[in-house]
Amino acid sequence: MSAALQAMGLRVRLGQRQVLGGLDVCIERGRWSCIVGPNGAGKSTLLKALAGLLPIEGQVQCLGQRLDALSRQERARRLSWLGQSEPVPDDLCVHDLVMLARLPHQGWLAAPSELDRRMVQTALQAVQAWDWRGRPMGELSGGQRQRVLLARAMAVGAELLLMDEPLAHLDPPHQVDWLEQVRGLKAQGTTVVTVLHEIGMALQADDVLVMHAGRLLHHGPCADPASQRAIEAVFDQRIAIHEVDGRWVALPRVS
Amino acid sequence: MKQAMMQGHGDATDSRLAPAAWAVLMLLGAGVGLLLGASGGSTGWQWPWQARLDPLQWQIVADIRVPRSLGAWLGGALLGLAGALAQGLFRNPLADPFLLGSAPGASLGVCIYLAVAAGSALAVPGLAQLGQTGAAFLAAAGAVALTLLLSRGVQHTQRLLLAGVIVGVLLGALTSWLSLLRPELARAMQGFLLGSTGLVGWSACALMAATLLACMALSWPLARVLDALTLGQSTAQSLGMPVAAARWVLVVALSLATGAAVAQLGLIAFVGLAAPHMVRALAPMPHRWSLPLAALAGGLLLLLADLLARVLMAPQDMPVGVLTAVLGGGYLLLRLSRLQASGGAA
Repeated sequence: MSAALQAMGLRVRLGQRQVLGGLDVCIERGRWSCIVGPNGAGKSTLLKALAGLLPIEGQVQCLGQRLDALSRQERARRLSWLGQSEPVPDDLCVHDLVMLARLPHQGWLAAPSELDRRMVQTALQAVQAWDWRGRPMGELSGGQRQRVLLARAMAVGAELLLMDEPLAHLDPPHQVDWLEQVRGLKAQGTTVVTVLHEIGMALQADDVLVMHAGRLLHHGPCADPASQRAIEAVFDQRIAIHEVDGRWVALPRVS
Repeated sequence: MKQAMMQGHGDATDSRLAPAAWAVLMLLGAGVGLLLGASGGSTGWQWPWQARLDPLQWQIVADIRVPRSLGAWLGGALLGLAGALAQGLFRNPLADPFLLGSAPGASLGVCIYLAVAAGSALAVPGLAQLGQTGAAFLAAAGAVALTLLLSRGVQHTQRLLLAGVIVGVLLGALTSWLSLLRPELARAMQGFLLGSTGLVGWSACALMAATLLACMALSWPLARVLDALTLGQSTAQSLGMPVAAARWVLVVALSLATGAAVAQLGLIAFVGLAAPHMVRALAPMPHRWSLPLAALAGGLLLLLADLLARVLMAPQDMPVGVLTAVLGGGYLLLRLSRLQASGGAA
C-alpha cells in the first residue's frame, strides 16, 4: 500500500455552492505533491478536505484507514495542516506558539516532554527563528511570522504535512531554505502536499495535481511533458514551461 | 549574510517578569488591599487588631468591612476571568463579559423585581436583597440562553456576537419602557446600573467564591484549547482539540461568572474588559497563565476601586462602578495612546 492519502468520490459543498465535484485522488507516500490551478479552482478546499477539516461526501483514507474513523488525536498526530491567512496571536511568544504543535502528543494536563522540547527546537532552528524564540508574535514581520508558522506545522512531526501557500511573505533565501526542508522531510519518509500559486516553485515538486472548477484535470509527475501541457492549458496558455539547467521554469507568454 | 540577519534578531533574552512572579505580586496586593479595606470606613481609620478591643467596632470590621472588601475582590476576579474567557473565545480584544446579554438581562430582572416587589409584601429589606440578586441571576442566565437560542448554538462566533447585540438592544428597550411606566423605580435601578459593593455580606462572598472556584475548574483545563484557537478554528481542529465541546463549557463558565458577579454587585463597568488587557501588557503568555492572572488583576482592580470609593468622598460612599469606569477606562485610554505612539513610530 503506497497511498498516503486517498479520496474517493470526494464532494464538498460550502453553503449552496458545490466547490468540489466528485474527486478521486491518490497521493503517494513519501513524495511531494503540489496542487495548482487558477483562482477559485478549489485547491485550498481540497487540501482542507484531505486534512479532515470540512464536512464531505465520499471518503478519505489516511495511511490505509478511513479518516473519520480515526480519533481526533490520532488524526492530529498523523496529519499536520498549515492553512492560508489563518489568524496569528500577537500576544503569544514564538516558542509557546510552536509548542502548540505538540498538543496532539501531550496528555491533557501534562507538561511538555523532552521530545516535545527537542522537536520545537529543531523546527525553530530549521527556520532560523530559535534565536528570537522569546519574542511576541506581534513584533515580527510578515515573513518572520510565516517562518514561525512553518515551524509550527513541522514540529507536529506528522507523517503527512499539508501546507496551503507555505511560501507566502518569504524572501528568496527562505524560500530556498523551505525547499531544502521539504527535501529533508521527504528523505525521512514524510509525505508533503502543498498548494502553491507560483508555478516555478510548484514545478520543483515530484507530482502535480492540476485543478479547474472543482475538478481534477490531471495528476502526474512534474517532469512528465503531459503534466506540463496540462498546466499550460489550465492557465489558458498564458505561461510556457521551459527547461533551464535541468530544472523546469514557467515564463509568461507575452504576445 | 545569514549570520548578519541572525545577529539582527539575536535578543532572545527577556527582562520581563515571569507570570508566576506577577501572580505572587497580585496576591500580595490583594492581601494588602483586604487589610486596608478592613481598616478604613465611614467610622474612621482603625487597624483590625485595635478594633478587636471594642465589640461594636469589631462587628463593623467582621460583618461589614471584611465581607465588603472580600466581595469586591471576588466580584472583580469573576469579571476578570469572564473577560479573559470572552476575549479568548471570541478572539476579540474588545469582547467583554457582558456581550452575551447577561448585563441587560440582569437589569431587566432587577427592574421587574423592583416593580413587582414595590407593591407587595416582598418589600421586606432582607428578603428584598436576597430576592433582587436571585432575580438578577435568573434573568442574566435567561438572557444568555436567549442569545444562544438566537445564534443556534455556540459554534459560530459572528452569529453569537450579533445575537448578543440583538438581545441587549431588545432587553434594554424593555427595561427603559418599564422604568418609564414606573418612574419611582428609577433611583433604585440607577444604583444597580452603576454597581455597588456596599451591601455585600458573607453569604454573597461564599456564593461568589464557590462560583469562582467552579468557573476556574471548568475553564482552566481548557486553556490549551483557547491557546490553539488563537491560531484559528481550523488549525485548532487540526491539532486534535475538541473545539465544539470546549466552546460550550467555556460559554457556560463565562455566563456563570458574569451572572454571579452582576447579581451581587450590579453592572460594574470596565473590569472585565480592562483586566485581561492589563495581563496581556505584562508579558506574552499562554492561557493557563492569563486566565488566573486576569482573575487576580480583576480582583485587585475592583478592590482598589472599592477602597477609593470609601475614602474619596468620606464619610459618603461613591458608587464603585463610577470608579472602575474611571480606572479601567483611563487604563485603556493610556494603552490606546501608547499603541498609537508605537504605530506612528513603526
